[in-house]
Amino acid sequence: MLENKEHKVIGTRPIRHDGVDKVTGRALYGADFQAAGLLHGRVLRSPHAHARIISIDTSRAEALPGVKGIVTAKDIPDAGDKIADLGEGAVNLKYLCDNILASDKVLYKGHAVAAVAATNPHIAEEACTLIDVEYEVLPPVLEVRQAMEPDAPLLHEHIRTTSLGETAEEPSNVASHIQHKLGDPEKGFAAADIVVEREFITGTVHQGYIEPHNATAHYNADGQLTIWCSTQGAFTVREQVAEILQYPISKIKVVPMEIGGGFGGKISVYIKPVAALLAKKTGKPVKVLMNRSDVFEGTGPTPASFIRVKMGATKEGKITAAEAYLAFEAGAYPGSPVGPGAMCIFAPYNIEHVIIDGYDVVVNKPKTAPYRAPGAPNAAFGSETVVDEIAEKLGIDPLEIRLLNAAKEGDRRADGPVHPRIGCIETVEAAKAHPHYTAPNGKKHHGRGVASGYWFNIGLESSVTINVNSDGTINLIEGSTDIGGTRASIAMQAAEVLGISAESVNPSVVDTNSVGYTAVTGGSRTTYATGYAAYEAAQDVKRQMIARAAILWEVDEANVQFADGEFSSINGKEEQISFRDLCGRLGETGGPIVGSGTVNPGGAGGAYATHVVDVAVDEETGKVDILRYTAVQDAGKAIHPSYVEGQIQGGAVQGIGWALNEEYIYNDEGTMTNASFLDYRMPTCLDLPMIDAVIVEVPNPGHPYGVRGVGEVPIVPPMAAIANAIYDAIGIRMTELPMSPDRLLKAMGKI
Amino acid sequence: MPIVAIPSLLRNLTNGEESITVPGTTIREVIDNLEVRYPGMKARLCEDDRIKPGLAVYINGLLTRGSILESVDADAEIHFLPAIGGGMAAPSH
Amino acid sequence: MARRSHVQTTINGETVEFLCEPRQSLLEVLRDELHLTGAKEGCNNGNCGACSVILDGRLVNSCLVLGVETEGKSVETIEGLAAPDKLHPIQDAFLENAALQCGICTPGFIMSAKALLEQNPNPTEHEVRYWLAGNLCRCTGYDKIVRAVLDAAAAE
Repeated sequence: MLENKEHKVIGTRPIRHDGVDKVTGRALYGADFQAAGLLHGRVLRSPHAHARIISIDTSRAEALPGVKGIVTAKDIPDAGDKIADLGEGAVNLKYLCDNILASDKVLYKGHAVAAVAATNPHIAEEACTLIDVEYEVLPPVLEVRQAMEPDAPLLHEHIRTTSLGETAEEPSNVASHIQHKLGDPEKGFAAADIVVEREFITGTVHQGYIEPHNATAHYNADGQLTIWCSTQGAFTVREQVAEILQYPISKIKVVPMEIGGGFGGKISVYIKPVAALLAKKTGKPVKVLMNRSDVFEGTGPTPASFIRVKMGATKEGKITAAEAYLAFEAGAYPGSPVGPGAMCIFAPYNIEHVIIDGYDVVVNKPKTAPYRAPGAPNAAFGSETVVDEIAEKLGIDPLEIRLLNAAKEGDRRADGPVHPRIGCIETVEAAKAHPHYTAPNGKKHHGRGVASGYWFNIGLESSVTINVNSDGTINLIEGSTDIGGTRASIAMQAAEVLGISAESVNPSVVDTNSVGYTAVTGGSRTTYATGYAAYEAAQDVKRQMIARAAILWEVDEANVQFADGEFSSINGKEEQISFRDLCGRLGETGGPIVGSGTVNPGGAGGAYATHVVDVAVDEETGKVDILRYTAVQDAGKAIHPSYVEGQIQGGAVQGIGWALNEEYIYNDEGTMTNASFLDYRMPTCLDLPMIDAVIVEVPNPGHPYGVRGVGEVPIVPPMAAIANAIYDAIGIRMTELPMSPDRLLKAMGKI
Repeated sequence: MPIVAIPSLLRNLTNGEESITVPGTTIREVIDNLEVRYPGMKARLCEDDRIKPGLAVYINGLLTRGSILESVDADAEIHFLPAIGGGMAAPSH
Repeated sequence: MARRSHVQTTINGETVEFLCEPRQSLLEVLRDELHLTGAKEGCNNGNCGACSVILDGRLVNSCLVLGVETEGKSVETIEGLAAPDKLHPIQDAFLENAALQCGICTPGFIMSAKALLEQNPNPTEHEVRYWLAGNLCRCTGYDKIVRAVLDAAAAE
């Protein structure tokens, strides 16, 4: 399937198509949407982490001048026991609805309880304070191991642990148990000369996109509902809103505005159905915005977790067996990313004997949402630290032990499937050959660490339509919201097929009425799958253009060829016409040309990354500084290398934040005490050096240009790489995230 | 004949067997034939003639749409795994 | 509703009059009253810099300034930076360096960089990082943003 031609457009670095709009402030994001007669909505949130709602009295709020409508869970149709199929997986509809507006219980501080629409946002906020909610406060469960205790307070009386279709008798906070087993782990550990076992704790962290959630909804008199919003997937919003409101998808149009970051956190809906309910109640367009603390307390973080990893190796460094126990906090409703964590944890290695147990556990925290390679960073923090310790104890170079055990094509992943062509070895080799790895680093309290990571990537559905213009350009219509330059990376693949420049493509991201079904911008799928659809749509255009050239020259289609942007006739007539000139003759050869491509590819091809980091540990303050950072990654084929580098750099820096600063800090009542950017403290540019992004290209056989998704895997290695560097600096193994100054001082025995 | 890798949590139904060779040209046929040999298997994998929500089907290492209509080659390797949406962890319920 | 005050100010070189409530921030006025939505709200408490504008030559978070405080002052926003047919060198440098991903923080960073370069036309990398530490970006890891600002300084 791979095209092994020289590329003209792919691999170059054109200016992104939406660039000028975004540097001039003209690009319209969700909150920028305006409409005549617009009302403003705000959400009242629970002050308690766990409580039963006794009553909600909205009468005082309704009496406030300017208030136009108030909604509670009573305005959401009864979900019953329905399982909603949302394309990416089935969910219990009641959970989905209850997370939008709590019905019987609130399950986390910040859980939405009611919403108000008013003539201005200040009035809406004031009205929220006038809604009287009576609660019966219940004890919260705030930590995964505590929640797993048999006598722990139950969040949901009806949840019973399921294990692949089998359901336990007793209610529990453990929603599900998964297991992967390969070979005979006991035998594998018996063959080991060295066994290392450690326990790890990771904190709750947030995606931290700069743009808060937003939604504007309007009902027309004919029942047509339109929602303008920032989202990672307009079609996913349509499906979720349709399920929650029990409303036909044909009557819902979702218009994706520009989106200010998502990282997985803008897939689930929160205020979009609320805006729709308020719009219905008031008959006016209603814009609902979150503020920053709403975002921290009311939208998906990625889970805290407890992880135990045990690995054995021979004295030559061959890993003989591995065992992992992963307990992930799902938040208020089931659905933590423990599955991906279990799938990815040992994926950089070829290990014969493996057992992995994963547990999805509900706790009184916001329902977790995907965050960049969800589950994999937690898992890799454990496994990559243990691999480092084994290497150190055996006196083997940490990259060498990775090469010795590296997974390659044909090896079996612990969860079963066999690896296709992957670039694990290539990333480790490139890290080893990088000047960073051999640069001197001997100062006191300076250390160097490495770690690898894996993310499987996904395909899913994408649709692209291409309209051919008479001047030789094309309009490319897509449904993938552009969070990081994908208009460019998708357009470039169509341009490559048609032999035109990247600038000759006008890409547009359009609403759900205007393009075929397209799954979310997530799973590192967009440049891969929507790019693949663009490739197919361009091939469709090419086929039709060949037919037009044949009409023009009165030859058989088989006698027309297309290369380097030129159509030419073979076998006899010596005719030639450029793509551009032929575009000018569509009218006389049969009319307009529209090409289309739809895909649901299965060969996403996993991505590997290996990172090298130098740190300095301040013995007085416990602060860790990042001195130098090199991130190597297999991109398959980098369509637009600048934006591939950007994904690598951004992912690495989110990982640095997760490693050193970021966590939800809770008090005993279950209130997050640092729900602001000031106190949550994401990395600023002053905290960082340049991030050297090194692209390795091991083409993915599952894509015509060899593309692998690049967005997620760069966040997988940083936590372990930094922990390993801290060990190198001060000789202490850090096993709890974040490795903040207070934890370092404690570990060093200073406090 | 296709080979089905039995997930560890279903091996109690197969007396510990980790992989089963079973006839079939579609996932539906493969599951029906598994059920004949290991009663109870179908109920763990299917619901109303569809793959259970929360389960993913891999054929020869590639993630499929998870349909029982999916066709399988004579020497296909089939895995049933917890469903995982990329960037979106599919809830297990 | 609170009584609205009349305010006259200069925005991007043009005299502008508006009515606003005393509690409305400059950010709200820009976005909701004047429809200049280039300044973004990321936190509304001065921690992210997405709403950065220049007020009488000084970089401010417009979410921390009241609309009424701009009476008689001069405000520069992202919308006023480019000439009709030519981008500002900082804007060009952001595009050339691929210094944006989602773009929500970009107007704030560009206004912040403009204020820096007016004060210090030849900053070092450390000076750029120090100055821009009030602007959060979650997508890029800052590498390409810092390079863009250094490039813009070199180009000017």
